[in-house]
Amino acid sequence: MFILITGLLLGGTYALIALGLNLQYGVARIMNLANGEMLVAGGFAAFWLYTAGQVNPVAALIVIAPVAFVANWLIYRFMLQPLVKRAKSRGALEVDSILATFGMSFAFVGIMTWAFGGGYFNYAFLAQPLEMFGSSYAQNRVVAFVLAVVIGGALWLWLTYSRVGLNLRAVAVNPASASLVGVDVRRASALAFALGGAVTATGGALVSMFFTLDASVGVLFTMKALIIIIMGGVGDVRGTIVAAVILGIAETAVARLVDPGLTLAAAYLLFLLVLLFKPAGLFGKARG
Amino acid sequence: MSGTDWRNLAISAALLGLAALLPVYGSPYWLTMGTTMAMFVVLATSWALFSGPTHYISLATAAFFGIGTFVTGLGFQSLPFWVLPPLAAVIGAVLAALVGLVTLRLSGVYFVIFTLGLAEMVRQVVTWVQNQTGHRGMYVLTSITEREIYWMLVALGALVFLAGWLIGRSRLGFALRIIGNDETVAKHAGIDTALAKVALFMVPGAVAAATGAILAPRYIYIEPSTAFAPLLSFQVVIMALLGGTGRLWGPVAGVIPFSLLWEAITRQAPNQTLLLLGIAFLVIVYLLPGGFVGLWERFRRRFGGRT
Repeated sequence: MFILITGLLLGGTYALIALGLNLQYGVARIMNLANGEMLVAGGFAAFWLYTAGQVNPVAALIVIAPVAFVANWLIYRFMLQPLVKRAKSRGALEVDSILATFGMSFAFVGIMTWAFGGGYFNYAFLAQPLEMFGSSYAQNRVVAFVLAVVIGGALWLWLTYSRVGLNLRAVAVNPASASLVGVDVRRASALAFALGGAVTATGGALVSMFFTLDASVGVLFTMKALIIIIMGGVGDVRGTIVAAVILGIAETAVARLVDPGLTLAAAYLLFLLVLLFKPAGLFGKARG
Repeated sequence: MSGTDWRNLAISAALLGLAALLPVYGSPYWLTMGTTMAMFVVLATSWALFSGPTHYISLATAAFFGIGTFVTGLGFQSLPFWVLPPLAAVIGAVLAALVGLVTLRLSGVYFVIFTLGLAEMVRQVVTWVQNQTGHRGMYVLTSITEREIYWMLVALGALVFLAGWLIGRSRLGFALRIIGNDETVAKHAGIDTALAKVALFMVPGAVAAATGAILAPRYIYIEPSTAFAPLLSFQVVIMALLGGTGRLWGPVAGVIPFSLLWEAITRQAPNQTLLLLGIAFLVIVYLLPGGFVGLWERFRRRFGGRT
């Protein structure tokens, strides 16, 4: 029971991070491998605001999300759009965007190490225990989970019921057809990329409440988000959430029952099973 | 073989001789640099053999390399040293085949993601096994000198070039070029695309493991966090792409300048190596899409007039 709930709490935050990456990959077609660094930047911003300015991390989100939105919009507009224009096929864009975002990822790590040092950073926010179902859980994890659910839920509602959300989903299905029915694909892609970055940075701020981060930890989160997306299926919100919770529970179970050093190995085992039996995602249909 | 083939063979043999004689005329410093460069030449060239024609970006080098060092670390006391690199190569090839069978049937993204975390995953498993059995790191104390390591790497490099040249002339190489251009066409032409890719992926797997096995005595002390350092995979990708994967000699043209630059940066500003790596990736994507090979070919087309 303890494993299930801890896993669920962790999975909720993972789901939010993976949703951000899924927007970027599903709609804007950019496999953003610098996603984890955006998360660390969000986490660091929360840390800095909390220690230097006594700003509550939850309130800090009001600042972090818009800043991340603008930053990601600029990255898409000036770094990635040239690649989109240059690409002859989706495969060529994938290779280019993978290499370019790797470059950004390393550059970000380099800049963050240079600016803030290579040390770990964490802070104590709501570190008191909370009694639930006979066991105790850290309050900050519960708060992070609740916020992740609220933000993820709002995002889902917006994507499903708003006009702009409909545009984004149309681009995700087929960019060529979407532009035929009057969707501005370039604007929608830029919006999705920026929004995805903002969601990821928000996830980073949430993660920083209960997780010790350092400048180079981003790639680990990128890996996890990627595994979740592939497990859940590209562009599938429901699948992403289920996959994130499965990953959270599997990691917690392995960490507690076998060895805390094996969490990535656990994620890989899941990844392997999905690749072998369900390569189109948990709810995906086999492609012909 | 045509006249150009003979000419290229003669040039290659002369360059190989020049490389092999480095310990004779070079200082100890250059021998150390040469060993590092020879390692990257071997790794980047074998990487490009697979990733050049198929456009699949493999980040598995560090995983195979680490496995190779562990083969030496575990076996050097009970087996003669010359058995270990071939043994590591066989293990590397088998593992590459397994990884390839799982991921190469699917699109390139799955492959990149899977190889991205492979080294870290293997590291976690090896660390866990070592914790269970009570071992931590291990010492590899042999009488092998740096000069011998260097010569073994040069010999392995010659083998890789020979293999690349043979693959380029074989049916497999032809099939892979078609796959790289258009996989659907390749399938319709009756090529078993998955099998061809898996077969070729075994080459860098085997070579990287053999390289690790050869270099293990250089490290003296092996532990999982250094043997499976993921940075190695990225360095190899950068050097190969900087040189260009279109030609067999491309990666060499990337390895030499980048190793020198890397060396200079690590000495001057050790904290900025990651920034350099990032900038190098961006430069390649935005300014040098075909690497030095692409630049050279554009130059020849404009001024050479030869077709």
